[in-house]
Amino acid sequence: MTKEQCVSNPEYIFFDSPREKVFITGSEAVAEAVKRANVDMAIAYPITPQSESMHLIGDLYAQGYLKDYYRAENEFAVMAAIHGASLGGGRVFTATSGPGTLRAMEMFPVWAGSRQPIVCAFMCRGVSLPPSIQPENIEMAMLLDTGMIMFHAENAQDYFDMILKAYIIAEQPEVHLPIGIFADGFFVTHTRDLVMLPPEDLKLPEYDSTSAPVPTFDMETPPMRITRDPLLNKSNFISYAANASWHQEILAAAQRAKKHINHYLGGMIEISNPDAKILIAASGTAVSQSREAIKSLKEEGIDVGLVKVKSIRPFPTKEIISATENAELIVIPEFNAGGWLCREIKSCIDNNSRVLEGPRVFGGMTMPKELIMSEIKNAIKQKGLKV
Amino acid sequence: MSVRNITPVKEFEDILPKEYKDLVNKGPFNNKKSVDDLGTFKEIIEEHPHCAGCGVSLGIRLALASLPSPEDSLVVGTPGCSFFALSQSAVNYSNTAFGNQNAVATGLKRMLQIRYPDKHKDVIVMVGDGGIADIGLDLTLHSWFRKEKITTIMLDNEVYGNTGGQESGMSMKGRVLNMAPTGKKFDKIPVFDMAEVSGCVYGARVTVANPKKVGQVVRNAILIAREIGPTYVQIFTPCPTNMKFPPDQTIKIAKEAQKDQYSYKEFMTDEVAEYLKNI
Repeated sequence: MTKEQCVSNPEYIFFDSPREKVFITGSEAVAEAVKRANVDMAIAYPITPQSESMHLIGDLYAQGYLKDYYRAENEFAVMAAIHGASLGGGRVFTATSGPGTLRAMEMFPVWAGSRQPIVCAFMCRGVSLPPSIQPENIEMAMLLDTGMIMFHAENAQDYFDMILKAYIIAEQPEVHLPIGIFADGFFVTHTRDLVMLPPEDLKLPEYDSTSAPVPTFDMETPPMRITRDPLLNKSNFISYAANASWHQEILAAAQRAKKHINHYLGGMIEISNPDAKILIAASGTAVSQSREAIKSLKEEGIDVGLVKVKSIRPFPTKEIISATENAELIVIPEFNAGGWLCREIKSCIDNNSRVLEGPRVFGGMTMPKELIMSEIKNAIKQKGLKV
Repeated sequence: MSVRNITPVKEFEDILPKEYKDLVNKGPFNNKKSVDDLGTFKEIIEEHPHCAGCGVSLGIRLALASLPSPEDSLVVGTPGCSFFALSQSAVNYSNTAFGNQNAVATGLKRMLQIRYPDKHKDVIVMVGDGGIADIGLDLTLHSWFRKEKITTIMLDNEVYGNTGGQESGMSMKGRVLNMAPTGKKFDKIPVFDMAEVSGCVYGARVTVANPKKVGQVVRNAILIAREIGPTYVQIFTPCPTNMKFPPDQTIKIAKEAQKDQYSYKEFMTDEVAEYLKNI
């Protein structure tokens, strides 16, 4: 049983098709994206903390939108089986969060190294110990150098759009890398939001595995004697050099993804009020909280701009340097204790004394706009900024 | 894959290495071969960097010579000694992370069934004892519980060979090895018995000292996995380097084991017995 859907041009689905306004959770938005993505196979594991997204995708399978789906034994097994399915030349999807991400960690560099265009949603949560099932995105810090492309969704609309578009970006012949789409768990996954959806009877064209820079693993691709995963661990210079160039190619592929990210996501960053002397730079739901803080500060006569970072890998280095060029204070609120976004930004801009590290919340704490506002006001006082 | 796919066009023939042309013209893809034909055809396994007298490389050679459809066989492995030969074989071979082979094989087999619904694509897991009995035991068992139609082959040298001779779950009790300085404290993990209770419909326990038997059970296991369910073959592949015996004694050691921990064993369901009668 296959559900009746029309294959449509991705550009039409993304940019031109009529959209209907619905009031759904982020998890439902994930399923809506998968419904339109012409996915062959999805694999699920009920990691704690779970979102209902992978149940909903199971329902899609039962309705005929996917050709295969099963519940696997653990997250490492999920990511390994998803890898196997992708090697076989089809389009796949899975999702995880927090401890599940860490459990599966060994597979993420494998996906990138094997150049699989796997799309995986991460509903970021705290990681043990102490145990937490609350929103927190520290797991993103641990994935920064896996070779994966990483997008950070602010809300359910972002989550829907980024997942659907990720397939087209990941499957570009010059890219062919896995893409992780991250959202702050619970805030985005479990709450309802207005989302504009293209018609459900449209779907992306199917994945063409011959577009990959590596042969499909199906014994249909000559020549005969070819190893899919070359053994580059011998102790000699040729092996080191081949291994190094393979890694360089993965990094280069991520750079080549930039133009596709700019086209499909409308830029790697989004700037509002770029001339403000005070800027907030944030990703994920910290962006939404910052928007509220900025509105209230404006009422108090404090002018603050916003840089929303959408693409975390590849990192928009040039864009951030240019966006923050004239800022005197750069505030980086984050939902984690480590402050990975702050480190990333400080590593690419000059005059780091302009950066206010935080505010940061974690362990289940929320980030009220008042927290961001008071941090900014304190910094203004300390630095003697004129606003 | 049809043989037409791998046959070079005239224009390319002169630039392809002889080795490749031999594979096409004298390999097992056109005319089906078996263990009996070894030495008379161009084999799937190319030269390999294994130690002299390596049981694992012999096990791989015998297994690869027994594939019922080499042109549609895919092998999934895990890092260890086995990947040195397998990565130079003329079938698609993938090894990714440690101990994940049966999960990778699951996803692969299911995707190939989606993409080639009218063809048999044989997905074969071929890894060492550590990869199955230790680091990959949970994923192996779960693939059997789920009744995935894949063949799992353990190349059991009773030791971690590639990493330098450490104790594995399949090492013999009492054996002194790296990481077992006072001798292994527990018996070989009964993976063979576990296969039967975990959902495998066919299993065989053999040694490289009996090449014909290896060829026969590997072939059966792959054919049965196509039609009925998961199958398991456990091959004893002694390791002279880490077990410290002369490399010309491999077959002798394997023969001795046939009287002990590697006596021939086979199990099958009634459905399999019926199926085997008809092939």
